[in-house]
Amino acid sequence: MRRGRFTGAAMAAGFVFLWLPILLLVGYAFSADRIPFQWGGFSLRWFAALAGNERIVEAAGLSLRIAAGAATLAVLLGGAAGWALARFGRFRGRALFGMLIGAPLVLPEVVTGLSLLLVFVALEGATGWPQGRGALTVLLAHATLGAAFVAVVVQARLAETDRSLEEAAMDLGATPFTAFRTITLPLIAPALGAGWLLAFTLSLDDVVIASFVSGPAGTTLPMALFAMLRRGLTPEVNALGAVVVLGVGAMLALATLLLRPRPRGE
Amino acid sequence: MLAPVWAWLLVLVAAPAAALVVIALAEADSGIPPFRLALSPTGFATLVEDAYYLDAVLTALRVAVTTSACCLLVAYPMAIGIARAAPRRRVLLLVLLMLPFWTGFLLRVGAWIGLLRDEGWINRLLMAAGITDAPLPLLYSEGAMLVGMVHAYLPFAVLPLFAALLRLDPALGEAAADLGARPATIFFTVTLPVTAPDAAAGFLLVFIPAAGEFVIPELMGPPEAQLVGRVLWQEFFQNRDWPVAAALAVALLALLLVPIRLFQRLGARA
Repeated sequence: MRRGRFTGAAMAAGFVFLWLPILLLVGYAFSADRIPFQWGGFSLRWFAALAGNERIVEAAGLSLRIAAGAATLAVLLGGAAGWALARFGRFRGRALFGMLIGAPLVLPEVVTGLSLLLVFVALEGATGWPQGRGALTVLLAHATLGAAFVAVVVQARLAETDRSLEEAAMDLGATPFTAFRTITLPLIAPALGAGWLLAFTLSLDDVVIASFVSGPAGTTLPMALFAMLRRGLTPEVNALGAVVVLGVGAMLALATLLLRPRPRGE
Repeated sequence: MLAPVWAWLLVLVAAPAAALVVIALAEADSGIPPFRLALSPTGFATLVEDAYYLDAVLTALRVAVTTSACCLLVAYPMAIGIARAAPRRRVLLLVLLMLPFWTGFLLRVGAWIGLLRDEGWINRLLMAAGITDAPLPLLYSEGAMLVGMVHAYLPFAVLPLFAALLRLDPALGEAAADLGARPATIFFTVTLPVTAPDAAAGFLLVFIPAAGEFVIPELMGPPEAQLVGRVLWQEFFQNRDWPVAAALAVALLALLLVPIRLFQRLGARA
């Protein structure tokens, strides 16, 4: 059977292209050699070097805190926005609202970063807040970006669920708030969870927007990594790659185990 | 109820867009912040008068188009292969496709630097095999930049194609095969025409972020590859010319308006 052989080979080549750099990055993290991507016997010395690199460790802690805060804010804002877009009908200013919430999805990062910085500078000039720039301004910028993604995910989820469920609850005497808490919220919980993770990842991955809106005291992990890559590669980058890839892999395996549908008992 | 969200959007999305225009019309100054509010066309005039900026825009568009086209070329067989796979295997392949996205964009760029630099993995392999005596200048070239960008954006091109192929009735291809069409003929006469709008969506999904890309040209491209994202960055961080940087951002936005509208149309159709 000839059909599919070319496709299969081309698909495999695509996956090799996608994965080979990542696998080599992780594999050579365990090499003792001083030159990155050169095998010099098994060693964990670069993990020790990474753990001892104060700049990286500090930046990683800051990035995790910013990402968690930004993702949480993004879920609150984006969740409310997605809910409004899916359920509030033609409310006043809906077109503008939809355009504003979705704008960060399609704007180039350099544009988002520069424009947010200009507003932070203008705000500080006019009101004295936010005082200087750093972790807080990065968090606000990342929450704005994340909210756009959360809104899309939540709106899509609500579009495929039946609104008569909420209406039935209210017909039976539930207040809108109770209907939201007992019907809508459980329905969109998976979307909120997925949105939180997405916003968290986007924040952890962003170097461009953060570079614009951050200040001297707010060096995030991607900013520190970017500086490292600019100066020249060291095996510490391999070690960091191994920590991230193995960490993400372990979380994925855990999620698969936890979310696996259990065989139903009697 | 929506008031806090409205307030947020007005301050952090609408006001920044307005600020870009205001600062683009300001005059550069040596103060802090380095501009004086005005209604001056200097920022935009600089973009028009100095061919350097037009070049930056054209280079960025050319690189973004090439990146998107390469992504589609690699993405088609991957999307077809994933869509054809048995359901359990399909899930595994989709995870393999999306997992790199979760492992950090900069780390993947770092991996490519490790493979492509003069003393990198590929050059050592080539020299050990006797294919070349001296290391080839692979990194800091336009090719390296393209490889990095295709690697970063590939999943964005695969996903819309995959979704379209899942909807595609396999009977169409089978009917063509029964009538004697060869796989390549089936692809060009059935698969490609039916999935063309989704291929366009995938193309734009790569093109829009690629047009403003800064990190990959900066870390992997040649010094002369002055893409608009890189030039904007330099105007802002090195030259501290905020009006010109803002004017460049406005120009980039204006250029992307048509692709963005087109993408939203295609998205609404699906």
